[in-house]
This record gives sequence, C-alpha cells and structure tokens, in this order.
Amino acid sequence: MKYTEDHEWLRPEGDLVVVGITEHASEQLGDVVFVELPDTGKAVSAGDEICVIESVKAASDIRAPLDGEIVEVNQDIADNPGLVNEDPTGRAWFFKMKLSDPSKLDGLMDEAAYKDLIG
Amino acid sequence: MADLERTVLHGLHLSLGAKMVPFAGYDMPVQYPMGVLKEHLHARAAAGLFDVSHMGQILLTSRSGRVEDAARALERLVPVDVLGLKEGRQRYAMFTDEAGGILDDLMVANRGDHLFLVVNAACKAADFAHLKAGLPDCDVGLVEGRALLALQGPKAEAALARLVPDAAELKFMDVAIRQWDTAELWISRSGYTGEDGFEISVPDRFAVALAERLLAMEEVAPIGLGARDSLRLEAGMCLYGHDIDRTTTPVEANLTWAIQKARRAGGAREGGFPGAARILKELADGPMRLRVGLRPEGRAPMREGTEIYAGTDGGAPIGRVTSGGFGPSIEAPMAMAYLPATLAEGDTVYGDVRGRRLPAVVAALPFHPTNYKR
Repeated sequence: MKYTEDHEWLRPEGDLVVVGITEHASEQLGDVVFVELPDTGKAVSAGDEICVIESVKAASDIRAPLDGEIVEVNQDIADNPGLVNEDPTGRAWFFKMKLSDPSKLDGLMDEAAYKDLIG
Repeated sequence: MADLERTVLHGLHLSLGAKMVPFAGYDMPVQYPMGVLKEHLHARAAAGLFDVSHMGQILLTSRSGRVEDAARALERLVPVDVLGLKEGRQRYAMFTDEAGGILDDLMVANRGDHLFLVVNAACKAADFAHLKAGLPDCDVGLVEGRALLALQGPKAEAALARLVPDAAELKFMDVAIRQWDTAELWISRSGYTGEDGFEISVPDRFAVALAERLLAMEEVAPIGLGARDSLRLEAGMCLYGHDIDRTTTPVEANLTWAIQKARRAGGAREGGFPGAARILKELADGPMRLRVGLRPEGRAPMREGTEIYAGTDGGAPIGRVTSGGFGPSIEAPMAMAYLPATLAEGDTVYGDVRGRRLPAVVAALPFHPTNYKR
C-alpha cells in the first residue's frame, strides 16, 4: 500500500491501482453523507480534483494521486456514503485507475512514512 | 487570536473526548466520540444533553417593580406582545433596528415580577448595551455564575423527572424555578431541536454535577454543536448571523408568527418598535423575498452561500442559501434560502454546486415534524 499527502491510499491490483482515503482522513472528515465519483474513461492528471466528499461538516475534494485513466468507480459508496466511515481501506475504495507511468507509484509514501506524516 | 472563554463544563467536555472548536468566543464541543450523525439521531430517539452556557442570560426588572412595566418597556425594542405573556410562560422574540432588520433573536420569560431573557452568545454584549440604552426605566442584569444546559429528546422528560419529579408538569414554553439538591434551577420546557425538552439554568457550582447525573442515565448522551446545527435546521429554526441578521426583517424571515396581533396594524399596541414602518408595511403588502425551505434533489448538500437560480442556465441569482447541510433524520440534504416571495412550495429552483446547477424544490418548514408537549 502507498499513500499520498492528501491522505489517499493506493493498492496495486494487476495492472491497475485501487484508490481510497485513509482511516485518518475518514475520521477527520466525520460522517460522510455524499460522494461524487468521476466518470470512467476519464483521463486525469496528478492533483486534479476528481471526486467530492461531503461530510456532515463540509465538502472536501479527492485529487487524482498520479496521471492516468479512471477505469472503474465504486458505485456502492455513492449509494451508501456511510461506508467511507465504516470501511475506508476496504469496501469503500473510490476508483481504480490505470497509471500512465506505473513506476511513479514507487515515489509515494510507504506506510511508515505516512504514519510519520499524521503523527 | 484572543483567548477563548470556557464554560464551567469545559473540563467535562474534554473528559468525554469532545472535539473542541471556537464558537462565539468560546471553546466549545463540536462533537463527541459518537459523531455528529449518531448524536443527531440519539437526540431524536432518546435524549441529548447540550452545553449552551455560552448564551447570555439577562434579568430585566422595572424600577417600579411591576412586571407589566418591564414588559411595556421591552416592547419598545421587540415587535412582540410581551405584555400579554402570562407569568410562568416564555415566548420567542427578536430585537429589531430602525430599518426593520434583526439585531438578535431571543427568548423572553415572565417570571412574576421580572422578565428573564436568553440571547445568543455572539450578541450578548451588544444586546446588554442595547437594553441598557433603550430601557432607562429598567434594571438590566447580565446573569453571572450560572450555566445553561439543554436536555432534548423524547426521553428528556423521563430523565429530568428523576431529579426534578414535577418537571413533567411543565408544558411547552412553560418556565418554572425548581430545587435540585440545594440548587435553584431555572427550567423552561423549550429548546432548539424541534424535540420536546428542557433548558435548565443552573448555578455554576452545581452544573458539572447536574450534567454528570444526567449523562449517567442510559438514555442521555452529550451532543455537540455539529448536531445542534443539523437538529435545528431540520426543525426549520433560524441561526442568528446566518438565516437572520440586520439585512433581514422578521417578515422576510418568515417569523410573522412571532409578531402577535397586539403589535400589528389595528392591534392594541400597534407598532412602537424599531423598524415598525417597514415591518407593518411588509405585513400588509407581503415581503419581496421570503425565507423558505429547499429540498435539493439527489444527495448533494447545498451549503451556506450556494447561489440559487430560476433556471438551468443564464440569469442572475434569485437568492442564496443561508444554512444548508444533510439532515440525518430525513436522510436527505436540506437548506434554507431567501427567495422571491412569488415562488410557491413545490416550485423547482437550481443551486450552483461546484459550477453545476442542481435542482431543488421549495419545501415547507420544518423538514422534520416537531415533537413538542403542549
């Protein structure tokens, strides 16, 4: 598992990566009530705001972690946003993407580095 | 940033694991470990305890010693029938300015020989000065050394009755003084959630003990400001500084129910409050715009500041959301906005959410039915 400074996790799955938000992020957001997912087939660049999460408190953006293409989105979290709080690193994955350059994954934080980041 | 004030329950909030935020100059609990959503649902299903000690408690006494004179005096500042408020009863009111705008909203109770006012935390210093300046014939006292708790929800009565057995005899908007231990509690059957419940003014030195006794009861959980906001919004109630302020009149704010007949045209004490000319005119002719409920279609909330349009493209905004979020009990987004008074319930308007115009239906308030014990 790899992590971004935006509190996203990336898990390689075949030639794709699965992306979601970390436990820490879901706790900070509070109860999630709405998720807007990107369109499949969409080409994205690292840093693009591609999803919106609304909690009871506020709206937050999810950014594309790396360059690539959105291949699949998790409709379950749009239908049941509470999943993001219940199981952020499991059933509440957000999208799967095909990276333009899979080697970029190595440049992201590992778990130890992410734990240092969140203290 | 100036140092934040603390209520006498501050330590208790920390020990309960609250997440604290600055609010109206106080360090206040926004949520406890239960989280906003579950806290909200708990207050609707059982009973929630809120610390509202940051709010201002004010005693208003006429120099004549007669409550009628205090009531007549206060009527110079509010468009509300205070003289008709019977002993042991409480009523919603608002201070207006010369333009008919709202300076603050408040509760007024008749306590026999004086009036007891509860005002918003952020406005309390200004309200106090406003009362002092406007009512030279009255003694105005800001109550010091008393906390204010709210116990809200369908099981609030059963919970409080264990400590104050005859609390159940109070009806919605009744006020009474009752003993608990050696403390004098000032109790009103009212709140800011749409649920049955009580607001309890308690001497500081008993406040933590009272809160702990209530929290030890199975049905009572502590509730933070986050759920307080979603509860009041579902109940269609205004938050001062957001849904009402100096730019909104009571008529525009759809608060005409709070302006009794005695203060309206043809009433026994018609007008005689700041902004009467505009407010009475709006009562007669109808306002140009009105605070209404909005039910966004889909699940995306329309937050405060969302611009509202008549159509899916083009045109200037016709209004703006003043409070908006997700209603845990209605399981849907909800908002309040000022829109042209020509719109009717059921009409569709469009809110600009992140650059896209999403439909919302003008809806009746409250969003969630109230549950008062009348």
